Amino acid sequence: MLTARNLECIRGEHKLFSNIFFSVNPGELMFVGGPNGSGKTSLLRLLCGLSSPDSGEILWNGMDIRDLDGDYRGMMTYLGHLGGIKDDLTALENLRISCALADCEIDENQAADALGQIGLAGREMLPAKVLSQGQRRRVALARLLVVQTRLWILDEPLTALDTAAVKLIKEILEHNLSKGGMVIMTTHQEIVMTAAAVHHLTLS
Amino acid sequence: MTINWFKYASPASFYFLAGRMLPYFTALAITLLIVGLYIGFFVAPTDFQQGEAYRIIFIHVPAAWMSMFLYVVMAFWAGVGLAFNTRLSSMVASAIAPTGAMFAFLALWTGAWWGKPMWGTWWVWDARLTSELILFFLYIGFMSLQAAIDDPKRADKAGAVIALVGVVNVPIIYFSVQWWNTLHQGASVSLVQSPKMATAMLSGMLIMTLAAWMYSIVIILIRTRLIILERERHTAWVSELKEGVLE
Amino acid sequence: MIWWIVKRDLLLAMRRRSDVLTTLFFFIIVVSLFPLGVGPEPSILRTMASGVVWVAALLASMLSLGRMFSSDYADGTLEQMLLSPVSLAALVTGKAISHWLVTGVPLVLMAPVLGIQYDLAGDALLVLTLSLLLGTPVLSLIGAIGAALTLGLRGGGVLVSILVLPLYIPVLIFGTGAVEASSAGMEFGAHFSILGALLLVSIVFSPWATAASLRISMS
Repeated sequence: MLTARNLECIRGEHKLFSNIFFSVNPGELMFVGGPNGSGKTSLLRLLCGLSSPDSGEILWNGMDIRDLDGDYRGMMTYLGHLGGIKDDLTALENLRISCALADCEIDENQAADALGQIGLAGREMLPAKVLSQGQRRRVALARLLVVQTRLWILDEPLTALDTAAVKLIKEILEHNLSKGGMVIMTTHQEIVMTAAAVHHLTLS
Repeated sequence: MTINWFKYASPASFYFLAGRMLPYFTALAITLLIVGLYIGFFVAPTDFQQGEAYRIIFIHVPAAWMSMFLYVVMAFWAGVGLAFNTRLSSMVASAIAPTGAMFAFLALWTGAWWGKPMWGTWWVWDARLTSELILFFLYIGFMSLQAAIDDPKRADKAGAVIALVGVVNVPIIYFSVQWWNTLHQGASVSLVQSPKMATAMLSGMLIMTLAAWMYSIVIILIRTRLIILERERHTAWVSELKEGVLE
Repeated sequence: MIWWIVKRDLLLAMRRRSDVLTTLFFFIIVVSLFPLGVGPEPSILRTMASGVVWVAALLASMLSLGRMFSSDYADGTLEQMLLSPVSLAALVTGKAISHWLVTGVPLVLMAPVLGIQYDLAGDALLVLTLSLLLGTPVLSLIGAIGAALTLGLRGGGVLVSILVLPLYIPVLIFGTGAVEASSAGMEFGAHFSILGALLLVSIVFSPWATAASLRISMS
């Protein structure tokens, strides 16, 4: 269970948000909404531990994520709006390396399988620089098919995806939720998903 | 009586405490400076080897000592700020850097002035001068890094890392410069030559060191106060200060 | 894990060979400029050789520091490294190793050729090359701290030189000292021992300081 208590985030002299309370239980989904510049990305970066809140605390099963450190990171997958895709590497190499970084090494067949499932069959060996924006996004999202983490924190995962891909991602996320996983995501697109509970957090 | 030290760790209370202490340290600094200069120029005897020119050591040696001492103090406070997330200690560290750099520069400058009449040249690659020059570079690095970062929190922490890396390196650099200097025997001239210094010389130098110390405290307190005002300019207490509510 | 990072960075370097070659040619050009500045007198060149080659190596290694983290920073890979359950210090060690393999090793291999330009004797050439072999990894390790601290800053390239060049001084002194000692027919083992000690100290401390710096720069 991920719990946030009284979170506050200040950027420079500007207070992005404060008094944020929520908790997400296994099987639950939380949408983070709000206009541009309201601090959605900053909140997600706090939740995954890239930066620390100016006040308040973030707890994973009752323990501060900063104390859990590597154990927490082993439980969580974050996909930022930068996908971590290298132009000069092929789709396959990109996927294998990003999985290795998440401490979940896969061989070429597993990687090719995942890429096939996400609709990139036949493009595994192309360097990422010739792929379209949506295809690059798919390479980044293919990691979700492989990792075994409980908590997924996704920043605008649906950007640049076509309707078929959106449907596919929806299925992947619902599968994770049905297994007792948790998803926290931002999106500008309307998307309906089944989950044990769906929370909406709107930043202003 | 127990003193609540954490009270003074808040920038606001430090601001007022420092303001109250400033006059005393200023008075001490001026008195010590006058006494030290008087001893240096009028009481201390003329050196039989070096004549009157040696008197520059009354500035040179305290400046060199202070520059080294201040680097360690700066790294200490920067490290405390990094480890315990105390904003005030990071502010003090940033306030120390320009004074330390100034003393390092002063030591180099006066070293050159002394070198010209003593060795007939403005600069020799003496081990101590070279180390002082590198120390000056380290101060410049710390200040440039902090100046390049807009976010004060990141600037504090990044500065702390480079200051601590510098502190680990200073002994290694000093040792390697010594080694290098002995390898190239040509230019080795020791700065403090006479083993037996007259008491007046020694006391003059010590008083000047104390004066430099007090001067550093005064300047660092003033600069820390300015940094506090700048960083806290949107808080209630600074606004009240502006309107003259607080004294 | 370190191996994954090294393999990936080498693969990337192979696909962008021009980056590697620019550093190497920078080194060669700087070293070749000095005789044009001071004249072709072999005895002067011989005494200058180790210093010139070493200073050029410092500059070449430093100039390529900017690339160490910046592309990973720009495309989001660095975020993923920070979020990896694997220790960041280990990943950073991998980055420093690959930086050394890509920029340091070519300099080491090129050094004997450049030494010949400076009329160095066979023994001195060997000592020069070995001193670079021991010293250049230290440059990559120390430089990683500077690269991490200046990540994403405007004017980061110039800033990194102000930060790391003073820290390179011990390596420069003992690297050139070894060559001079061997040219003078003296024992140079001590210099190598100290270079080795510097390498060990930086292997222990630098990944840790670099990891801390990356977390500071990315938050």
